[in-house]
Amino acid sequence: MVIIECQGLSVTYPGGVQALKDVDLKIDDGEFVIVVGLSGAGKSTLLRTINRLVDPTGGRIKVDGRVINELSKKELKEYRSQVGMIFQNFNLVKRSSVLRNVLAGRLRGVPTWRTLLGLFPKEDVAEALSCLERVGIKEKAKSRADELSGGQQQRVGIARALAQDPKILLADEPVASLDPPTSHAVMKDLKRINEEDGITTIVNLHFIDLAKEYGEKIIGLREGKLVYEGLADEITEEEFEEIYGRSITAEDQLGAGGGANV
Amino acid sequence: MSEATSSKKPSRLVLIMGKIKGIIVIALIAAVYIWSARGVGFSLFEIIFELPSFFNLLWDMVPPNWAYFVRLIGPLLETFQTAITGTILGTLLAIPLILLAANNVNRNKPLYYVSKGFMNLARTIDPMLYAAILVAGVGLGAFAGMLALTFFSMAINAKLTSESLEAIDNGPLEALEACGGNKLEMIKYAVAPQIMPTFASYTLFVFEINIRASTVLGLVGAGGIGVNLNTSLNLFRYPNAAMVLLTTFVIVVLIDQLSNVLREELV
Amino acid sequence: MKKPNLSLRQYEKKSIIWYIGYLITLALFIWAIIGMNINIDRVRQGIPAMGRILALMFPPDTARLESAVFGMIETIQIAVIGTTMAAIFSIPISFLAARNLGLPRSVPAGSKQVLNAIRTFPSLIFGIFFVASYGPGPLAGVMALGINSIGMLGKLNSEIVESIDRGPIEALDATGANGAEMFLYAVIPQVLPEFIGTTLYRFELNLRQASVLGLVGAGGIGVTLMQALQFRRWAIVGMTMIVIIVVVTIIDYSSAYVRNKII
Repeated sequence: MVIIECQGLSVTYPGGVQALKDVDLKIDDGEFVIVVGLSGAGKSTLLRTINRLVDPTGGRIKVDGRVINELSKKELKEYRSQVGMIFQNFNLVKRSSVLRNVLAGRLRGVPTWRTLLGLFPKEDVAEALSCLERVGIKEKAKSRADELSGGQQQRVGIARALAQDPKILLADEPVASLDPPTSHAVMKDLKRINEEDGITTIVNLHFIDLAKEYGEKIIGLREGKLVYEGLADEITEEEFEEIYGRSITAEDQLGAGGGANV
Repeated sequence: MSEATSSKKPSRLVLIMGKIKGIIVIALIAAVYIWSARGVGFSLFEIIFELPSFFNLLWDMVPPNWAYFVRLIGPLLETFQTAITGTILGTLLAIPLILLAANNVNRNKPLYYVSKGFMNLARTIDPMLYAAILVAGVGLGAFAGMLALTFFSMAINAKLTSESLEAIDNGPLEALEACGGNKLEMIKYAVAPQIMPTFASYTLFVFEINIRASTVLGLVGAGGIGVNLNTSLNLFRYPNAAMVLLTTFVIVVLIDQLSNVLREELV
Repeated sequence: MKKPNLSLRQYEKKSIIWYIGYLITLALFIWAIIGMNINIDRVRQGIPAMGRILALMFPPDTARLESAVFGMIETIQIAVIGTTMAAIFSIPISFLAARNLGLPRSVPAGSKQVLNAIRTFPSLIFGIFFVASYGPGPLAGVMALGINSIGMLGKLNSEIVESIDRGPIEALDATGANGAEMFLYAVIPQVLPEFIGTTLYRFELNLRQASVLGLVGAGGIGVTLMQALQFRRWAIVGMTMIVIIVVVTIIDYSSAYVRNKII
């Protein structure tokens, strides 16, 4: 069942740069999709149109049958609370505790007066803790976010997204700042959550070996255009080269390390 | 070898133009100085010539009238109180202004420019002038001084903090927007934790400024030991004036030390 | 498995010091505000009184525009000379007060104390004294601003000197340069742009202070202000305020522009 559908999606930034050109794609509920392409191909933009951090300048996006191009402020916040996002730079509040960071995911469900006083209901705190447990770092709940390693910080990011109880999970280059063993560990976590919870997951990567290893479906972008849509099992190196517009180099592969737990 | 130097050497004309620009700039600066010096009647001769009368004045002030200190206790406390209230109220009022004057928190362009403009305008006038006008409106005393310092502190704190705010890491703000948080939640959870130490440090800095300002506000009738300074000088009671100065010195130094210690803790 | 009944507060215990700090500040504030003697009558009469004054200030007395501008010109001149004098005199002190130039310990420590001492007095106090000894007029203002600024400029500049990169110094040392040469070619180029920056910053502040120095007779537009305030000629006060605001704003922008170009 299709959960995300893009019809003629285009994004032109105010400076005139056309980041996405007429993209048509369909993503099924529960799929684990990996988007590949060169830097600047439009991967980030594509992800951000789905939670409207970037607004489409042309075309439509339908999520769960609903067109999300025109949503009121309130509807937009409601919608965003169901789309979790994790970032390349983790985007955690460094000086705050891990728990406080994860609780940000519960903001939508708690009345504003309570969030402004820091009075999260106990159920929400418990939920946040269990999300931390699912990514294996519950014991770090009290630590300051900047005391954690890169891999642990990203896990906090994942826990924060999980705390939203989202339908869709967007990951923008989640492992670009991490070393190979940690990258594999994080990808494994994402995959596991996708399988356990059935959350539709879209991940931007520029490492093709990771894409092939973890992806279910692969989408290739090149200069803002969709140039490949197919299964991870079937994609060939030539097709990767098509997406990249050049031959594959060592920089496009992450390399060894899978399995280390950080 | 000729391929390595791919950039052309600037032509002689460009070099000369550069030198001429430099000379013009220097000439302009010199002109400003000469004009200014003439305007203020600057003459090294006169400065040195009149130096004796300055030292005479200092001589008249020594030794300071220690007994006078008893009369100063009340005004001294008033000075201190004015500085405290001015700083605290000014800081509280600065908070909304800070948020409005930061372009990563306030996306509303017109409101942003108005806020920044207001902030900068308020900073152009010295608190002494605000105090003098306020005295005419609300009467003599520390109340006017407090209001003047409040307004001035608000402007300074807002400028310093909002500039730091615009330089914070916007990542967490993006993350909070992405999970559906509203503006206030973004501020509490992503902005405040990052800016708090800086904000507190600037508040203490403002307090240091205010304690100095409040010692002289009395000169326009806005309370504090400035009043005593004024009267002692008018009555040519220089030892008394010296006592006031000494007191001023001590309290400012004490507050500075306290403020430095607190600011160390914050970093 | 822990029972899920803990609130956020329990996870983040702020240390006792925080609470004590808040309480002390609150107590101080309450004590201080009581000392302000604010009663409801003063506020009730004060607001319309201020309103009346503001209404009289604007529209301003444009007939006085010319004299206000002349006064402001003198203010600018006071600020220029005062700041320059301070800049010149503070440079040697800045170097003396820096801890990383290899001077015996007591020198930077002593210099910093001297600078701090100068900094405690607001320029107005210096103004009063220079008016008493040099007579009223802009020269007193120049001296007041000059001495006062030495304190701040000395402190800021010494911090700049303390934060320079040792790399160029060591490189020159390695080529056998002597102390003076190292100073001239490795230290000065690094600190000069920032010195100019601090001087311009101090100039902006001095301009504001110079505009009220006249209140104690030290020249500039403050003299006009003092008379206008004494005789409650609010339209003139309004005119002078506008002139001050406009001139200071223009100079602020120019100064920021120059500072950006240099640093």
